[in-house]
Amino acid sequence: MKIVVCLKQVPDSETRVKLDPTGKSLDSAGVSLVVNPYDEYAIEEALKLKEAAGAGEVIILTLGASGAATAIRNALAMGADRGILLKADTANADARAISEALSSTIKELSPDLVLCGKQAIDDDGAQVGPRIAELLGWPCVTVVTKLEISPGKVRAEREIEGGIEVCECALPAVITAQKGLNEPRYASLKGIMAAKKKEILEQDVTLSAPGLVTSSMSLPAGRSAGRMVGSGKEAVPELVRILREEARVI
Amino acid sequence: MATHTQDDVTGVPPMAELSDIHLQVRATARQFSDEVVRPRAAAADESGEFPASNIREMAELGFLGLPFPEEFGGAGLDNLSYMIAVEEISRSCASTGITLAAHISLGCSPIWDFGTPEQKRKYLPRLASGKALGCFGLTEPNAGSDAGGTQTHARAVDGGWIVNGNKIYITNGSVAEVCVFTARTSKEQGTKGISSFIVEKGAPGYRVGKRENKMGLRSSDTVELIFEDCFIPKENLLGVEGQGYKQFLKTLAGGRISIGALSLGIAQGAFEAAVKYSKERQQFGQAICEFQAVQFMLADMGLKIEASRHLVYEAARRKDLGLPYSKQGAMAKLFASEAAMWCADKAIQVHGGFGYMRECPVERMFRDAKLMEIGEGTSEIQRMVIAREILKES
Ligand SMILES: Cc1cc2nc3c(=O)[nH]c(=O)nc-3n(C[C@H](O)[C@H](O)[C@H](O)COP(=O)(O)OP(=O)(O)OC[C@H]3O[C@@H](n4cnc5c(N)ncnc54)[C@H](O)[C@@H]3O)c2cc1C
Repeated sequence: MKIVVCLKQVPDSETRVKLDPTGKSLDSAGVSLVVNPYDEYAIEEALKLKEAAGAGEVIILTLGASGAATAIRNALAMGADRGILLKADTANADARAISEALSSTIKELSPDLVLCGKQAIDDDGAQVGPRIAELLGWPCVTVVTKLEISPGKVRAEREIEGGIEVCECALPAVITAQKGLNEPRYASLKGIMAAKKKEILEQDVTLSAPGLVTSSMSLPAGRSAGRMVGSGKEAVPELVRILREEARVI
Repeated sequence: MATHTQDDVTGVPPMAELSDIHLQVRATARQFSDEVVRPRAAAADESGEFPASNIREMAELGFLGLPFPEEFGGAGLDNLSYMIAVEEISRSCASTGITLAAHISLGCSPIWDFGTPEQKRKYLPRLASGKALGCFGLTEPNAGSDAGGTQTHARAVDGGWIVNGNKIYITNGSVAEVCVFTARTSKEQGTKGISSFIVEKGAPGYRVGKRENKMGLRSSDTVELIFEDCFIPKENLLGVEGQGYKQFLKTLAGGRISIGALSLGIAQGAFEAAVKYSKERQQFGQAICEFQAVQFMLADMGLKIEASRHLVYEAARRKDLGLPYSKQGAMAKLFASEAAMWCADKAIQVHGGFGYMRECPVERMFRDAKLMEIGEGTSEIQRMVIAREILKES
């Protein structure tokens, strides 16, 4: 089974982000970059499927700046077979342009399965997986927490509000991974050494003009101070009321 | 740093930025340390139980044979990667850090450096894959800093030696399957009369004695090893007879860098805790990090850690490049261990009364840090080594 995993390099969630002077994108200076956490579930699932089948190939596909090769290396160290880096200036790119570039490479590779994270944690677009499926005319199951592959067929469980939906579709298909799908492995030290010898093919691509333009970005307002509801058992009913009626989190 | 390629004075290439490989090793080690090692550290310190699951999981990830070639079951990485791994693990749990460092630097390295091809083939794959742990028995009741004063005695007999004596304070002593130890093979020749041997757990006449109840590093294994008419076959002589003294000096020179890395990890862990707490704790209507007295402690901690890291990485890098590293290794160990003790002390100060409580991780780090100024050569011995190298150079 040939599996393509789409991987995006994103700022570490622990980085304190700043806006650049244009106010339309993030300041990349001093920001540490990591593999998008949802993509790690996609990588792990691909590796598990390959291991279960006893054969196959896991190809990591990334679109980004040349530094994104580091993220591909991490996936190769986890056990993926090879990587492809589509080098492009993504400063003004929108999800459509990115999905077009990724899907045309995927078409050439003609895999049995494409795995993506359900969304990237930087722009939270959640569009690339479904768009790739649309462009290729393949079925797509999003926010997947359990995946079973039998010859030519996919059975996937996806998280929906208050429950689980079970879907089936044919292969090839696009699946987007949700937390809970698996427990991503650590890159082993031998894996890190082995990854040194694995191929990362770099290709320059030109993205189509964006249909969507970011007009501005702003940082969220600072958190307001906490509020003491009371203490001890007596305070619980009031806390529950506030959480339910004011904060609406339960 | 990237602007010149050669140190004008010494002709040695300057400290490079960490390579991709080093950054990846750091990422894996840091993630494992944060997610797996840290949550277990306080309970292990409290119970004194050996961190067996940490070690098993680290073995699976390839940590236990980190700097040894793949053909011997290692990960094929360099010493700098090894130091980064020890640093990251020790940031969360120094007991796990010293278990790893003693296994690699003291248990495996002598076999890798001095073993015959047969010995390397026989022991390294088991050790490097983590199927077996290693330890190093040098210290004795009457031979500590003066390890050349070894009294453990090996009497030549047909086909080998009969060993009598005891070793104390041996890290991994009771959990190790393979132990490298020193003994006197000849009374006359002073330090030349010492040889190293390999003994395996379960050998008749070889057993574990007293288990130490320690101030810190409480979940690391520290025991006495006893030899009573223990027969060591001649193929278990490590390398060449009479070379034991030279061998352990070299082993300690390398091992010291790993104690530097351990120290660095403890200091970093204490520092991170102090920075975090100083931002959270409010007194006099503001976070205590707003007070200059607290800021100056944080500044000095950050400074000492940065300097330690440069010394430790530089010593490791020199070892990787095949350059002399005795002086740099001793400097790294001395500076980083004193910095760790200082940083752990100040981290407690930043935490105030809470820092004195068992519940607070920096309390453990303070107790763990003290060993760094003692093990693998006390601070006094490091100063002697450094001075000797300086005088030799001039
Ligand atoms: C937790 C722990 C783990 C250990 N693990 C191991 C291990 O795995 N293998 C192993 O072989 N050993 C191990 N050791 C032993 C350790 O290496 C020794 O404790 C150390 O080398 C100091 O020796 P000593 O305890 O005999 O102190 P001593 O040598 O008695 O030193 C006492 C004091 O005298 C000072 N001193 C001694 N000689 C001089 C001198 N010439 N000039 C100035 N000052 C001097 C020392 O610096 C120190 O301050 C371990 C020890 C501990 C505590």
